[in-house]
Amino acid sequence: MTAPLLARIDRVALTYGRTRALDGISLDIAAGGMAGLIGPDGVGKSSLLSLIAGARVIQQGRVEVLGGNMADGGHRRRVCPRIAYMPQGLGKNLYPTLSVFENIDFFGRLFGLNRRQRSRRIAGLLASTDLARFADRPAGKLSGGMKQKLSLCCALIHDPDLLILDEPTTGVDPLSRRQFWELIDRLRAERAGMSVLVATAYMEEAARFDWLVAMDAGRVLATGTPAELLRQTGSATLDDAFIRLLPEAKRNGHRAVVIPPRPADDDGEIAIEADHLTMRFGDFTAVDDVSFRIARGEIFGFLGSNGCGKTTTMKMLTGLLPASEGTARLFGKTVDAGDMEVRRRVGYMSQAFSLYGELTVEQNLDLHARLFGLAPATIPDRIAAMAERFGLREAMDAMPDALPLGMRQRLSLAVAMIHAPEILILDEPTSGVDPVARDGFWRILADLSRRDGVTIFVSTHFMNEAERCDRISLMHAGRVLISDTPAAIVEKRAAASLDDAFVACLQDAVDEAAVPASVAEAIPATPVETAPPRAAGGSFFELRRMLAYARLESLELRRDPIRLTLALVGSVILMFVIGYGTNLDVENLSFAVLDRDDTSVSRDYALRIAGSRYFIEKPPIASYDELDRRLRNGELSLAIEIPPGFGRDVARGRGVEIGAWIDGALPSRAETVRGYVQGMHAQWLAEKARTLHGRAAADDFQLIARFRYNPTVASLVAMVPAVIPLLLMMIPAMLTALSIVREKELGSIINFYVTPVTRTEFLLGKQVPYVVLAMLNFVLLTAFAVFVFQVPFTGSLPTFAAAGLLYVVVTTSMGLVVSSFMTSQIAAIFGTALLTLIPAVQYSGMIDPVSSLQGAGAVIGRIYPATHFMTIARGTFSKALDFHDLQGSFMPLLIAIPVLLALGNLLLRKQET
Amino acid sequence: MGFGNILQLGIKELRGVGRDPMLIVLILYSFTVSIYTASRAQPETLNRAVISIVDEDRSPVSSRIAGAFYPPYFLTPQLISQAEMDSRMDAGLDTFALNIPPNFQRDLLAGRSPEIQLNIDATRVGQAFTGSGYIQSIVSGEVNEFLRRYRGAAAVPVDLVLRARFNQELNKSWFASINNVISSITMLAIILTGAALIREREHGTIEHLLVMPVTPTEIMLSKIWSMGLIVLVASGFSIVVIVQGLLAVPIEGSVPLFMAGAALHLVATTCLGIFLATVAGSMPQFGMLLMLVLLPLQILSGATTPRESMPAIIQDIMLAAPNTHFVMLAQSILFRGAGLAVVWPQFAALLAIATVFFVLSLRRFKSFLR
Repeated sequence: MTAPLLARIDRVALTYGRTRALDGISLDIAAGGMAGLIGPDGVGKSSLLSLIAGARVIQQGRVEVLGGNMADGGHRRRVCPRIAYMPQGLGKNLYPTLSVFENIDFFGRLFGLNRRQRSRRIAGLLASTDLARFADRPAGKLSGGMKQKLSLCCALIHDPDLLILDEPTTGVDPLSRRQFWELIDRLRAERAGMSVLVATAYMEEAARFDWLVAMDAGRVLATGTPAELLRQTGSATLDDAFIRLLPEAKRNGHRAVVIPPRPADDDGEIAIEADHLTMRFGDFTAVDDVSFRIARGEIFGFLGSNGCGKTTTMKMLTGLLPASEGTARLFGKTVDAGDMEVRRRVGYMSQAFSLYGELTVEQNLDLHARLFGLAPATIPDRIAAMAERFGLREAMDAMPDALPLGMRQRLSLAVAMIHAPEILILDEPTSGVDPVARDGFWRILADLSRRDGVTIFVSTHFMNEAERCDRISLMHAGRVLISDTPAAIVEKRAAASLDDAFVACLQDAVDEAAVPASVAEAIPATPVETAPPRAAGGSFFELRRMLAYARLESLELRRDPIRLTLALVGSVILMFVIGYGTNLDVENLSFAVLDRDDTSVSRDYALRIAGSRYFIEKPPIASYDELDRRLRNGELSLAIEIPPGFGRDVARGRGVEIGAWIDGALPSRAETVRGYVQGMHAQWLAEKARTLHGRAAADDFQLIARFRYNPTVASLVAMVPAVIPLLLMMIPAMLTALSIVREKELGSIINFYVTPVTRTEFLLGKQVPYVVLAMLNFVLLTAFAVFVFQVPFTGSLPTFAAAGLLYVVVTTSMGLVVSSFMTSQIAAIFGTALLTLIPAVQYSGMIDPVSSLQGAGAVIGRIYPATHFMTIARGTFSKALDFHDLQGSFMPLLIAIPVLLALGNLLLRKQET
Repeated sequence: MGFGNILQLGIKELRGVGRDPMLIVLILYSFTVSIYTASRAQPETLNRAVISIVDEDRSPVSSRIAGAFYPPYFLTPQLISQAEMDSRMDAGLDTFALNIPPNFQRDLLAGRSPEIQLNIDATRVGQAFTGSGYIQSIVSGEVNEFLRRYRGAAAVPVDLVLRARFNQELNKSWFASINNVISSITMLAIILTGAALIREREHGTIEHLLVMPVTPTEIMLSKIWSMGLIVLVASGFSIVVIVQGLLAVPIEGSVPLFMAGAALHLVATTCLGIFLATVAGSMPQFGMLLMLVLLPLQILSGATTPRESMPAIIQDIMLAAPNTHFVMLAQSILFRGAGLAVVWPQFAALLAIATVFFVLSLRRFKSFLR
């Protein structure tokens, strides 16, 4: 190797749980060329690329890229502006609600380009990828090929020295695939010296690379130029070469797939018939007037890019989706959506087929057998037969995730076949499966079709598989472009290969659909202007990068009006409902009297209670049993028993006892009742004493209770200042809690891993829009409280606003901390609900003052931010206080901010582990 | 409808939860540590209320009153000046301030009915009302006792014997433990079913089920029973081990009857979870909806403040929430030892709500699957 070294990989190993993804790989990759990693899915290509890109933590071994060790954070920060990484999966690193322009612009900001540089460079990139017409379209609404081109634009915005592409063309139609590689070639020609590292499962693409690494099972099989590999193995195609490179054991039993011609005694029965099928979702036509007929036992292939309508067509055929127009027939019977009988005759294997990872192979087969209603007695035999036929016998107790992909696909097929359906519908069953396993799979399909007469409807991306079908259809944008036998299609288009024939068909369709587009295409591809000198990647904090994330987050938030409305309107409604509904002035308590005396004195006593505003008298009690029963069923909060001879005893001055039973099931209510009853009893006594001793009717003294700060004891006035902190805790925390974990679950977190953005920039950037939203919420709540609910605001508004700002910074930080270490959105939602709802309602002094709490709850209450903001809110709302009086409550909030930020920084990982 | 399918699909759901360790930790936490802490944090009845006294009389009767406040109900009162009173209350140092005017004793004995002023910080909602009742009876008791001795007159010999049924010490921690079990049940039931459904859709695995001969009703029922079972088992464990065992809360009634009520409540809340999931387009929207639903459910169900004191309209609206009935039912059974003869109206209400929720969410779920 004479060229300078791009990367040196030395004895690198990587394991996920028990799976060994990379098994001690050593490799030198030269700079300046286009190097390809070839091999099926799951052999370690993606893992290796993510290590080279610095996206994943290196477990074992040494990875040197661009002259430094990638395990060193300093080096990663320095070189990441020179690397561009496009992860696997269509548009996985894109933000679906952002437009094409905004997506590229975001990456430009992350890499520190200023506005002028960005707009010039984006214009150049859009022109050269022919995306300029779609600059305003949301990324989520692009076709697969366009998504990949957009991803490429995003990767190229900062003019990298190393471009890493992980399966960039998987799931893309043949035409877009071809265009994509032409684009890469053009870019390389314009920018000599850029190294490109590609992983692919399509061997025909690999033929155009400069240098190849064939990988299998976490190991390198061979390296060399395509020509070298062919020569070495003595094969004509890379597919064959790869198979020959495989170890003996894997190759064992491999032979070319031969599909016997369909038997001549074909009865011509039509198994599947689509008759002018059309499917519309709103104003979008997913499937447009599709017709075809498939005979029994035929293998019918379906080609087309992701999102072209294949899956929708398949769903209509199985009766899952009722067609907007047209009819689907199976064996001459019109498909009725929701007809269980149809489902029993059809086996379906979906694209990303979800075998249940939590069930073993046998349990998976068993579950499906039961769901399809096989007689329980026949199930074990059936499972054994399927295991035999699909070669799953040794794997019956294994978990599907632990199986190699090829075996998993066979299991999927076995599951789809468990109920012996007459029709098999297979949605891309072999994507990502290695050539040997793929051939094995097709032999089974051939067998099913020719021997058992099963009709097979299969979609695929592989041309060599398409060639094996009896007939194929090419679908594009909801329409079938061509449908015939493979040979006839090649002949009709006078093409050299099936691939060329399809590309020609697609080209026609595209030209026809987009006449004005030709104007744009007529413009010669503008050379992409080179990026300005790179901003140093080493700085720890750069405002522009933080603002890039802030802008991204606020754009996403703005595009989700439902969430915004819920946050703003919902909180106002909640404030009203809770403020209005929570009333601690206990009233309308029901009570009844067991009056065994029934004299004027006893009635006078009862009347005193009944006359107060707190109690409502219920029908009198007749017996102890009744007393017990009515207390037990919760009808009474208080029962008074007046003993026989009460009036007489009082008059004679003999000792007498009145019994009062309080329902203690609700202790706080019981306590209030006790206080009321005791007070009334004391007053009655004093009054009685006066009348007995013939004194004036006036009380001896009066106790005037003044409820300060809220003289009318209005519930809204008392509760609103407590509800605002509650709402500003829960809603902002819940908003931020999902912001990071969602990126983790959906994949765009990769942009954080491989761009120069630091943890602090990322966290603060994510936080800023939510702080703004929460402050908006704060203003709205305060305004509603004061102007609509008429809660008097007596203190210092600036103090309250300043505290509000600090508080929402704290609460959004709490959500971010949760988000930084959780791995699933469910756990984040649950964790946030636990972390906010319970302490805010119970430990923050909303009902019980924090000073009266005990144990761990008291500790939580004292440090919990809501406690302190509640003090400030009540002080400024009701007590006419200002900053001077409340400074003590500001301190805990001020301390919480750096603590939470540091915690978030600590828990957030800058690389995938 | 096949019971076999419902069973099989439910088992699959159970295994799914079993594979998310973080979720299991959170479930355990919410039914053990969280309940224990919340229960132990509760103040015992009126606890350590802060009271100050402005004694402008400095007479035997006023010092008698001041001496009547002592722990644990009250902190020993501070004697302060009139001027200090306002600033102390503003700063939140005192919840109560009792102002005994000059010449109180003289006026009292002269029968001029003098006034004592009790200032209450109404923002301390929890203690304000309870405490004022206590203070009133303490002050009356002291003044009457003083007058009786002074006049040498016999007191009216009527004693009020107060007994709290079902919870004699009015121990709030009992109540809090049960309430927290209830709120954990609600929270978990909604999150487990709702968020799991959204996750299935976001990852596209729900689609697979649809090609099999299973109906949406079966899918939904399987989710209800499996998630309900997890929560039911966790709450049963919590009631027996944490509440009865660790916290030593005496349970009067039948735990199985309570669990039966919990099962009905779970049907309603899991359906609610599914409903919310079908309304929310994405997980962030679900998170928002969740907060907006959970908060009123918890605060207005009658578990935090008594239902009687809520405005009539709120009481009526909350009758549509399963929590309201479940809280009533739980209090009746667990504390008052009520049997089915007493709590059947709550069971009937829960059954009705669960049915309505089920029908509504099934309808939404069916269109959601399209």
